[in-house]
Amino acid sequence: MDKKSLVSISDLSKDEIIGLLKRASEFEKNPNQHILEGKVVATLFFEPSTRTRLSFETAVNRLGGKVIGFSDAKTSSQSKGETLKDTIMMVSNYADVIVMRHHLEGAARYASEISPIPIVNAGDGANQHPSQTMLDLYSIFKTQGTLANRVITMVGDLKYGRTVHSLLEAMHYWNPRFNFVACDELKMPDKYKRFCHEHGIQYRETTDFSADVINETDILYMTRVQGERFTDMLEYERTKSLYTLHNEMLAHSKPNLRVLHPLPRITEIDQDVDDNPKAYYFQQAKNGLYARQAILCRALGIE
Amino acid sequence: MKKNKKELAVAALENGIVIDHIPTDALFQVVDLLGLRTVTNNVTIGFNLDSSEMGKKGIIKIADIEYPEDVLNRIALIAPTAVVNIIKNYDVVAKRPVSLPDTLLNLVKCPNPKCITNNEPMRTHFEVVSYRPLSLKCHFCECVASAAEITLK
Repeated sequence: MDKKSLVSISDLSKDEIIGLLKRASEFEKNPNQHILEGKVVATLFFEPSTRTRLSFETAVNRLGGKVIGFSDAKTSSQSKGETLKDTIMMVSNYADVIVMRHHLEGAARYASEISPIPIVNAGDGANQHPSQTMLDLYSIFKTQGTLANRVITMVGDLKYGRTVHSLLEAMHYWNPRFNFVACDELKMPDKYKRFCHEHGIQYRETTDFSADVINETDILYMTRVQGERFTDMLEYERTKSLYTLHNEMLAHSKPNLRVLHPLPRITEIDQDVDDNPKAYYFQQAKNGLYARQAILCRALGIE
Repeated sequence: MKKNKKELAVAALENGIVIDHIPTDALFQVVDLLGLRTVTNNVTIGFNLDSSEMGKKGIIKIADIEYPEDVLNRIALIAPTAVVNIIKNYDVVAKRPVSLPDTLLNLVKCPNPKCITNNEPMRTHFEVVSYRPLSLKCHFCECVASAAEITLK
């Protein structure tokens, strides 16, 4: 059996991404199957993340597998000073695949190189979170019927938000056009703008979350602006209100526009958007279940 | 006659290695990189020597020693202008500039404090993204470091 870890979205070829999306859509039609029967999945959450952990564990349970693991490093031997290597080697004696979240960047890559069983990265610090990117791609694919030639507008914290960075990288196969809407403090890092240049991807950078931008958009990807990124709290309050989406702002948007958000949302999408059929963030989270079912099957080599 | 005196400023070597054209500010880093503080070989270190090309330069001569090519190439990280001469029986049998390998294993420290390599007993691993100016990408945390941010392990 081919051991297939998933550490970074860039580990996946275009064909592999398409394969995973097809697989996810099959799971959406039939999420309860017994294809993981007899398999043990370890969920090692060295850093707590209830949302991601529940999504992975639901994916396993609905496919008939069993889950072992911990949801907080305090309850693992790491608190006694055990190295990551020793924890991974020990757990790999018991499980068939390890899903891990760690606060240190590169932890999942390292684990994938020492572990005899596949590793699925459920987030390593500010670095990678590929299952989030897969569910974002699946949400775009499902709502637009294609990934090709979309206008994607990213709003909010484009500097620290790893979800927008990974999505940008993954989308390069499908000729996207981007609008980057953020204040100067939180604008898209040069590294990713260089990536766009290198791949011939068009983008527009603006501080103005205007109707003109919204009305040409297919996917409106909102992100949370976090208070801890600011030294000046007044500046934070001002920025927060500038990049908040209200329902009336969608009045003249394209019929196929969908609003995505990796959640949790604080104030960046007003509650009055929730009832608009273009609001898609709750279904997006649900799509995470199918995307993760597909990722687990790939890791275990289950066709 | 004058020329000869100049050449003899550093004693001739029968067998060993001469590393020439080292930038003066990198000389002692090269000394440390090769672990020369603890060797018992005859070592000559020339510091602030006149150089027509570089103004001032450093030079290191180590008697009766051989280094694997990958060890010598590591010098390129801190002294990209360095030239290695292999001496056998007073003759230069090989002369070549150092060249940085594409992959650097356990040579430099990752500048990201949140990188797993700074928190776990393990080897570091960098890929060269560009040579001039030098920039390296950590294989683990994926951060990209410039020459100024790089420190030797």
